[in-house]
Amino acid sequence: MSASASPITENTDYRPKAIDSPWKTAWRRFARNRLAVIGTIIIALMFLICFIGPFLSPYGVLDYSLKDKNLSPNTSYWLGTDKLGRDILLRMMLAGRISLLVGLVATIISVIIGCSLGAFAGFYGKKVDTVIMRVADIFMALPSLPILIIMGVVLSDLGVEPNQRIWFLMLIIGVLNWTTIARLVRGQMLTLREQEFMQATEALGLKDRRKIFRHLLPNTIPVIIVTATLGVAGAILSESALSFLGVGVIPPTPSWGNMISAANNLIDFGKRPWLWIPPGMCILITTVAINLIGDGLRDAMDPKTKK
Amino acid sequence: MKQYIIRRLLQMIPTLIGISIIIFTISALVPGDYITARDNPNMTAERAAELRSIYGLDKPEYQRYFIWAGNMLVGNFGTSLQHKLPVTEVIGEYVWNSFIIAFFAMILSWTIAVIAGVFSAKFQYSLLDKLITLAVFICMSLPSFFIGLLLIKWFALDLKLLPVGGMTTAGLKGGTWTYIWDVVEHSILPIVVLTMLSIGGLARYFRTSMLEVIRQDYIRTARAKGLKERTVIFKHAFRNAMIPAITLLGFELPGLFGGAMIMEQIFAWPGIGHVYLNSINMRDYPFMLGFTIFLALLTLLGNLLADVLYGIADPRIRLK
Repeated sequence: MSASASPITENTDYRPKAIDSPWKTAWRRFARNRLAVIGTIIIALMFLICFIGPFLSPYGVLDYSLKDKNLSPNTSYWLGTDKLGRDILLRMMLAGRISLLVGLVATIISVIIGCSLGAFAGFYGKKVDTVIMRVADIFMALPSLPILIIMGVVLSDLGVEPNQRIWFLMLIIGVLNWTTIARLVRGQMLTLREQEFMQATEALGLKDRRKIFRHLLPNTIPVIIVTATLGVAGAILSESALSFLGVGVIPPTPSWGNMISAANNLIDFGKRPWLWIPPGMCILITTVAINLIGDGLRDAMDPKTKK
Repeated sequence: MKQYIIRRLLQMIPTLIGISIIIFTISALVPGDYITARDNPNMTAERAAELRSIYGLDKPEYQRYFIWAGNMLVGNFGTSLQHKLPVTEVIGEYVWNSFIIAFFAMILSWTIAVIAGVFSAKFQYSLLDKLITLAVFICMSLPSFFIGLLLIKWFALDLKLLPVGGMTTAGLKGGTWTYIWDVVEHSILPIVVLTMLSIGGLARYFRTSMLEVIRQDYIRTARAKGLKERTVIFKHAFRNAMIPAITLLGFELPGLFGGAMIMEQIFAWPGIGHVYLNSINMRDYPFMLGFTIFLALLTLLGNLLADVLYGIADPRIRLK
């Protein structure tokens, strides 16, 4: 039976080719975008180096040796040392952990706030919408850098411990950035809730919460991912600017921003560029890479730009 | 149109009230005030209390909010404690220094961005387009303070071509022209950095809007009737692509008068952003609050201006 049937089934395979899921299509398009792939590799390396690198370093996190202070890059200290004789390369990796973490967590916070408020505004409409969008208007008109700086000063004056400070910082940066995502999600909600599958959920008698979180929000994920990716770059830039001004992450906790503030000292600025140029390059490379990824994701997930 | 503007202005009122409450609350969180921040060892407790009552710092927070907000309604932003001048006067004095660099940076960035956007759209997917896209990305991701520092190091310290910072050389002698040239020399680096910072987003925007227009039917018509490619691009396409860009002009408003805090700090440029950063360190509340409100007001007006300009430029848009 099988011997005679096998050649026939092979020749009459008229099944349509399996249709890729939207995610698969998006992934394939993303993988074809060379710049975006380069960006992804850079970010992956950055994470690897920052989180694993310190374990491979011959120096300890708290090591310092005053006799080796202010050395220029050499074979034992690849990027030189600072005024306490600490290895710049090690400090930069530790700083990278903080900066990447602040960027990520701050963005997650703004995504959570933005998604829920945007979803409620778009789903319930009317008064809920008016109130939430009015609050969003207020937040959009707030000058963000001055507010961030003032909040940083508040943290300093309240005497928050340096190692707890980064959590507050993430919260502040996250809370100030929720409006972009909220507006996008709300816009998507407005069109999605008129579609037929929502009538189906109505007919099934689903609860509002289930409708929002299981049926509506998952449809907005592509938009959220793109905005959130670009948001991480923005958050890293905000954090580094604040730390540079001395009101963000403050020493002894290292961050790329506060390492650059070594440049505030005229001698370090002119004579010891290894103190502040490498962390600056890290910020630059990271944000460029993240923006490349975000842009690649936008192209990959937008069904309108089929290539 | 008039109705629309009036309605939008009225809508601003609740937003401004919200903003003022938030800003005031945040600043009220700061422990310590102007008197403690000055750290004067000769200050006795009685004298401090006396000063606090003069400045109204001894009243409860909500009272201070209403006094402050009420004064602002009649245009009184309070008196800067640090400058001993009305806040509006301090803003008026320094805002023009900020305006000079912001204005030239705007002109430069718009010109370059328009050229870059149009050409990268015209030669889409070419090497030129890719290079421009990459440059745009780098500009969009620049940490402003780092790039400012790098340029100072290269051009001022290493090459000694330009001054390190400030707006004028101390003790400079000479006529008006030497003075102007001196200011120009000092302003080159800040202008370059500001231009780099804003050029990315603009160029990207112009490219997208140009690409959209090039695909329109009337462009095909223009080509079909045998017009030169140059006329098609620069006359038919370019003008229509620029309509949405006019909206962006409105958004420039806060940037023009708001000062670039970090830039002015790095270049020691005596602009309003520099003064603002100092006021935060000095806990000069009236100035901090007044200027933040001024910034928020500029943002709101800028948004309104953007919408109105769009309505004027594009007759298809009816503002109601």
